[in-house]
Amino acid sequence: MALGAPPADGRAESPSPVALKRVIPCLDIEAGRVVKGTNFVGLRDAGDPVELAERYDTEGADELVFLDITASHERRETIVELARRTADNVFIPFTIGGGIRSVADAQAVLDAGADKVSVNTPALARPELIGELAEVFGSQCVVIAIDAKARAAAAAASAPCDAPPGHFGETPEYDVYVDGGRTLVEDREAIAWADEAVERGAGEVLLTSMDRDGTTDGYELELTRAVADAVSVPVIASGGAGRLSHLVDAVVDGGADAVLAASIFHYGTFSVADAKRAMSEAGIAVRDTGKSRAAG
Amino acid sequence: MARIVVLDYGMGNLRSVEKALERVGAEATVTGEAERAAEADGLILPGVGAFPRAVERVRELGLDRLIADRLEAGTPVLGICLGYQLIFESSAELGGAQGLSLLEGEVIALHAPGLKVPHIGWEPVRWERDSELTDGIEGTTPFYFVHSFTPRPAEPTDVLGTAEHGERFACAIARPPLYGVQFHPEKSSAAGLRLLRNFAGICVSKSRIKGGGGRLRAPDSASASQGTLDRGGAPA
Repeated sequence: MALGAPPADGRAESPSPVALKRVIPCLDIEAGRVVKGTNFVGLRDAGDPVELAERYDTEGADELVFLDITASHERRETIVELARRTADNVFIPFTIGGGIRSVADAQAVLDAGADKVSVNTPALARPELIGELAEVFGSQCVVIAIDAKARAAAAAASAPCDAPPGHFGETPEYDVYVDGGRTLVEDREAIAWADEAVERGAGEVLLTSMDRDGTTDGYELELTRAVADAVSVPVIASGGAGRLSHLVDAVVDGGADAVLAASIFHYGTFSVADAKRAMSEAGIAVRDTGKSRAAG
Repeated sequence: MARIVVLDYGMGNLRSVEKALERVGAEATVTGEAERAAEADGLILPGVGAFPRAVERVRELGLDRLIADRLEAGTPVLGICLGYQLIFESSAELGGAQGLSLLEGEVIALHAPGLKVPHIGWEPVRWERDSELTDGIEGTTPFYFVHSFTPRPAEPTDVLGTAEHGERFACAIARPPLYGVQFHPEKSSAAGLRLLRNFAGICVSKSRIKGGGGRLRAPDSASASQGTLDRGGAPA
């Protein structure tokens, strides 16, 4: 650990102007608890989201996402309490998703210390919500979460009959699902929805491939690339990470600005530090957290 | 233990700043009452939102006078994000407004053609000189930014750190006992906590020095003490 600033000649080198790619662990929360226990040793309470979040911060996570899947009507209280406890103990930006249906819902978790809110089902039910949130809190606070699934071959083949010759099949299409992947949204295509949501004021897209989610086959790179090319805001790739090379692929081939993963971190397969190292070795600019561990 | 007041003028969430200060061992109080704040070893002027409304609120609460008086008495003050911008003379945001004029310079929109504004995310910060505020933090450590505007300090010796987003901009200043940072130390993990710990340390040492009775400025680093708080007077 070097104390004091480096010598003057060490400052001539300008840092890369390329935005640092982010690694974002995701925690699924039900009634204030992490949905599945973890294999981490040394945690006092394996189900405590705040303790897990602190660990991710220590390992070098750039941000955190909490997705609340609580179905009960006490939901808002529990996510506000979670936001408050997280803000009291974890000093990196974090996003709360699940149960944000209104400006008042968002206000409550942002006041409690969250940095962003993520909206999915309520935004599809009433797309104006995105603009309302952006108007009050700014686009930087509003993440549109999209659960996308490749359209069945039959449906895709029948739909674009009027596509010009040679164009057929070149643009992949994806359905949008809500309610945690249980309900198909009629007449919505994921790439077009991402574009619309950004037009309405979303500052970031959290893009989950339902085809890959829960597998360890890697992110859906074609989907990620299509959305990254379609929108002007950062895209967070989600769903399917199983190996460190998948994180690299999402950035290099998928064009993602950030990679989100749950189980590989959650179950201790890899640490966030492992992820950062692999990305750095692949030539991706990431926040180096080996430098400033002096605080505590 | 440093007693630090986080000035509350109704703009933005102050809880993270308060808790980060507690984490580094300071005694943090959030208040908008100038009288209570006057007793503190150090002041933090935070803030998220638009400049004109913010400066209006600060004046309504009499915090502009408080800050100026405390600086005169040698009490360290740290502006964070919008609070950092407020210490300058003026801002171009939303038609423009006068600032607190504690430092010379204006606040302008980030010039970043082809890049996204607001500028959000982790950005490496380059320290332009040594300072007690940045002690122990390496020269290209990333901090977390969320902003669309940035101050242009008129006095180059005020600039403590710079970052790049389209252009290189002054993201940290020091004219002890006045400090300011455009990034959010309370959201910048270990490096941010270190910076706040350093600030708390500055507050404690200044408080001890003052014990005898009001010296204006204690030296920070050699180069940093060249400035003056005389508004309108040419800095040395």
